[in-house]
Amino acid sequence: MENVISQQSPNEHQEAETIPESFSENIPDSLFNKFFLEVYSLTIFTLRFFKEVFKPPYEFNELMKQSFLIGYRSLPLVAITGFIIGLVLTIQSRPTLAKFGAESWLPAMVAVSIIREIGPVITSLIFAGKVGSGIGAELASMNVTEQIDAMQVSCTNPFKYLVVTRVLSATLMLPLLVIFSDTIGLLGSFVGVNLKGNVSTYLFFSQIFQSLEFNDLFPAFIKTFFFGFAIGLIGSYKGYNSNTGTEGVGKAANSAVVFASLMVFIIDMIAVQVTSFFQN
Amino acid sequence: MRKMTANTTSIKTENDNKQNGLVVVEMEHLKKSFGNILVLRDINLVINKGENLVILGKSGTGKSVLIKCIVGLVEVDEGKLVILGQNISELKNKELIEIRKKIGFLFQGGALYDSMTVRENLEFPLKRQLLSVPKDTMNSLVKEALQNVGLAKAIDLWPSELSGGMRKRLGLARTLILKPDIMLYDEPTTGLDPITSKEISHLILEVQKKYNTTSIIITHDIACAKLIANRIIVLKDGICAAEGSYTDLKNSADAWIQSFFE
Ligand SMILES: Nc1ncnc2c1ncn2[C@@H]1O[C@H](COP(=O)(O)OP(=O)(O)OP(=O)(O)O)[C@@H](O)[C@H]1O
Ligand SMILES: [Mg+2]
Repeated sequence: MENVISQQSPNEHQEAETIPESFSENIPDSLFNKFFLEVYSLTIFTLRFFKEVFKPPYEFNELMKQSFLIGYRSLPLVAITGFIIGLVLTIQSRPTLAKFGAESWLPAMVAVSIIREIGPVITSLIFAGKVGSGIGAELASMNVTEQIDAMQVSCTNPFKYLVVTRVLSATLMLPLLVIFSDTIGLLGSFVGVNLKGNVSTYLFFSQIFQSLEFNDLFPAFIKTFFFGFAIGLIGSYKGYNSNTGTEGVGKAANSAVVFASLMVFIIDMIAVQVTSFFQN
Repeated sequence: MRKMTANTTSIKTENDNKQNGLVVVEMEHLKKSFGNILVLRDINLVINKGENLVILGKSGTGKSVLIKCIVGLVEVDEGKLVILGQNISELKNKELIEIRKKIGFLFQGGALYDSMTVRENLEFPLKRQLLSVPKDTMNSLVKEALQNVGLAKAIDLWPSELSGGMRKRLGLARTLILKPDIMLYDEPTTGLDPITSKEISHLILEVQKKYNTTSIIITHDIACAKLIANRIIVLKDGICAAEGSYTDLKNSADAWIQSFFE
C-alpha cells in the first residue's frame, strides 16, 4: 500500500518527525484516512514550529527580508482589491438602503461590513493566493533541487531559516495589510458615496467613526493574526513536505492555496462564535 | 562476490592508519532502504586521510545515497558509520553540526540557492559556519573561490542566469570555499566539456594536495577518475562489487567492470 506520509517527506530533514512506518503502514489507504494522516502530520509540523520559534539562534535578518517580500510586495494587490470592494459594496448597498429611506446610513453600514468581515476575509484570501502559494512553490522547489539539504550541510537549521521566518512574517504582515486594505476600502466607499450624492470627507468619516465600536475593531484585528499564521504555516507545510519531483512544486502551490483559503473560512467561523460568546 | 582483494598489504596499512588516527571514514555492514527498495545492502569501506576515493556504478545504484549518509542527510538503517572518529547515528544535533563543519558536499544538481546572487551563495556557508567573518576576508575568500573555478565575472549574477556548467562550477566553488577536511563530490564533471572537466579534475587534485583533504568523488567520467583516483570502488546491487586502483580495475578479468573503462 502507499505510505502517504513518508512518501511526502523523502528527504528526512533533520529532526523531521515523521510517522513511524509501522503505524501508517497498517492503515488502509482511504480518503478518510489520508485526511487524518494529513491532519496528524500538520499537527506535528505546527508543534515543531512552536518548538523552534523560541529556540535561539533567531534568524532575524531573514525574518526582515521575508517580511519585506511578503508584506511590502503585497501592497498593490491588496490596495486594488480593497478599493474595488469598498466602491462596489457602496454602490450595491445604496438601492436597498434607499428603499428604507436610510441612505444616510450608507457610510456607516459599509464601514462596519468592511472592517468586521469583508476586509479581513477578502484580504486574507488574496494573501493566501499570493503568499501562501508563493511559499508553497518556493519551498517545494528548494526541496526538489536539494537546496534544503544544502542548507543543512551548511550547518543551518532549514526549518528555522525557511519555515519559522516565513510563518512569522505572514502572521505579522497580514494584520498590517488588512488595516491598509480596510483604509483603502473606506476610500473606495467614499468615492462610491459621492458618485450619486454629495457627502463631504468630514461628514463621511465622522459618520464612520461614530458608528464603529471597539467590538467591531478589536476581534476583527485579532483574527487576522490567526489568518496570517494559518496561511504561512500551510504554505510552508505543503512546500517543505512536497514530493521530490517537479510536479510536486505545482501540487504544493495549488494545495497550499486551497487548504489555506479553507482554513481562513474555518477560523473566521470560529472567531465569530468566540466573539459573540464574549459579547453576550 | 566480485570483491578484488588485490593486495593483502592494504589491509595491514589500514589497521596501522586506524591506530594513527588517520582513518577518516569507516563503514561496516551499512544498510539503507527506502520503503521496499533496498538501496545499500552491505557496504564496508575504510577511507584514509588524504585519499581520493572514486565511486563508480550504474545510475540508481545508491552512490548519492551513500555519500548523503556520510553527512547525515540520510539516516542509515543498520551498520556502523564512523566519521572522523565519531559514530554518526549516535550523535546529537550539536555534534552533528560540528562534524558537518568539516565536510564539504557538492550536490549532484549544484543545489544553488535561487533566491541569492552568486556572491550571496558563496557567502552563505561562510557566514553560517565561521559565524563572524570580517567583510574584507569574506570578500577576498569569495573572489578567490570564484577565480578558482573561472567565474570571477559572474559574481553579481543570479543562479538562473548561469549556464549548466557554470552552475556546476559555482556549486564547486561554494563547497571548496571553507576548505573542509572531507570533500564529497557528487558528479563534479558531469555535463561539462572535456576541457573544463579536466580543469575541475585538476582543481580537485590541487585542493587535495594543498589542504590534505580526503575526497570521495562520484563520477561517470573515466578520464577524471584516472586523473584523481587513488582507489576506485564499484557499487552494484547495494554492495562494493569491486575495489582497487585504476589500473587494477581496468585490467580486471570481469567484463562487467571493464565495461566502465571503455
Ligand atoms: N529520498 C529518497 N526516497 C526514496 N527513494 C530514494 C531517495 N533517495 C534515493 N532513493 C532511491 O535510491 C536509489 C539510489 O538513488 P541514488 O540517487 O543514490 O542513485 P545514484 O547511484 O546516485 O544514481 P545517479 O548516477 O543516477 O545519480 C534510487 O532507486 C532512488 O530511487
Ligand atoms: Mg546520484
